[in-house]
Amino acid sequence: MIIIYLTLFWEFFKAGLFAVGGGMATIPFLFDIGEKTGWFTAAELADMIAVSESTPGPIGVNMATFVGTRVAGIPGGVIATAGLVLPSLIVVLLVITLLNKVYKMASVQTVFSFLRACTVGLIANALAQVAMLTFFDGKNVLIIPLVLFGVFFVLMNVFKKIHPILWIGLGAVAGVILF
Amino acid sequence: MTDKNNKTTLWELFISFAKIGVLTFGGGMSMLPMLQRECVESRKWATDEEMLDYFAIGQCTPGIIAVNTATIIGNKQRGLPGALVSTAGVIFPSVLIITVLASIILKYNNNSYVQKAFEGIRVAVCALILKSILTLAKKADKNMLYLLVTVGAFVALFFYKASPIAAVVATIIIGIIAYYAEKNSPKKNEEGK
Repeated sequence: MIIIYLTLFWEFFKAGLFAVGGGMATIPFLFDIGEKTGWFTAAELADMIAVSESTPGPIGVNMATFVGTRVAGIPGGVIATAGLVLPSLIVVLLVITLLNKVYKMASVQTVFSFLRACTVGLIANALAQVAMLTFFDGKNVLIIPLVLFGVFFVLMNVFKKIHPILWIGLGAVAGVILF
Repeated sequence: MTDKNNKTTLWELFISFAKIGVLTFGGGMSMLPMLQRECVESRKWATDEEMLDYFAIGQCTPGIIAVNTATIIGNKQRGLPGALVSTAGVIFPSVLIITVLASIILKYNNNSYVQKAFEGIRVAVCALILKSILTLAKKADKNMLYLLVTVGAFVALFFYKASPIAAVVATIIIGIIAYYAEKNSPKKNEEGK
């Protein structure tokens, strides 16, 4: 059990250190953890992401707690969350102390611009992973989910102010009716 | 406790950030209005401009934006203990709520209606992720080199199963090279990973 706790802490520590750009940026790291350890499948992770989006609090923290709890019970949830938060706590305190020297350096700014570009690619990969599960059953493209996806995406861009939780609720209703 | 002269107690920090944690859904940008209301308007821990600066730093440093902002404000009010207490405050409600929910969901996971509901939810999640990718892409600086990095990161992960850490480290190296290349000559030429 100790080994699982330590692995959880270390994996989430790495995610917290390398995910730049907020909660969504941790998603690719979570896929990586699932694939490497076999603790959860990509489909299970997609469900955990949905729950994390529909509950209060920062998404990244919610996901870490959920994954940790799933893997190793309540202590697992606490350990995974601590692992995720610790590196940013250290980095933020360092940055704020050196703020005027480091953060405004042109070289640092350039690197951050590149990191933002990289994050977009990483999250696109996470989307591709979920999409493969949702729209393919191994052989065929599933038409109904694909159409539903199109409808959701168009509606989301029309009603921009609507909260994610509502879309997730609608997704649940549509799933029960259509699938 | 209600001293006018900015002696905020650790308990006040914890409660304020726990409140922010409970009342915000969605994370990221959606937390800014709540942070503003609590920290700027009601507690006067920061000005509007400071808040935006903190948010920018929170966004550019690794980790969760709301958590990073809490760390910064806590640190400003009460130093290291303040930073620790504020961070604990903002994550406390999440840990509590998710822990309870997780056990309930794991119990009913095999119910066929629950499974269908989650299949539908997955479709909605795909659309939500696509939307946040587009928002991020809109905010990112645009030129061919950045596009190459974005596509390169995707290809490396999706087709070659590279680890995201490798992509981030490679990007940092590319960023450093690009910075010096640009500094030394106006004509630059870089390759993505």
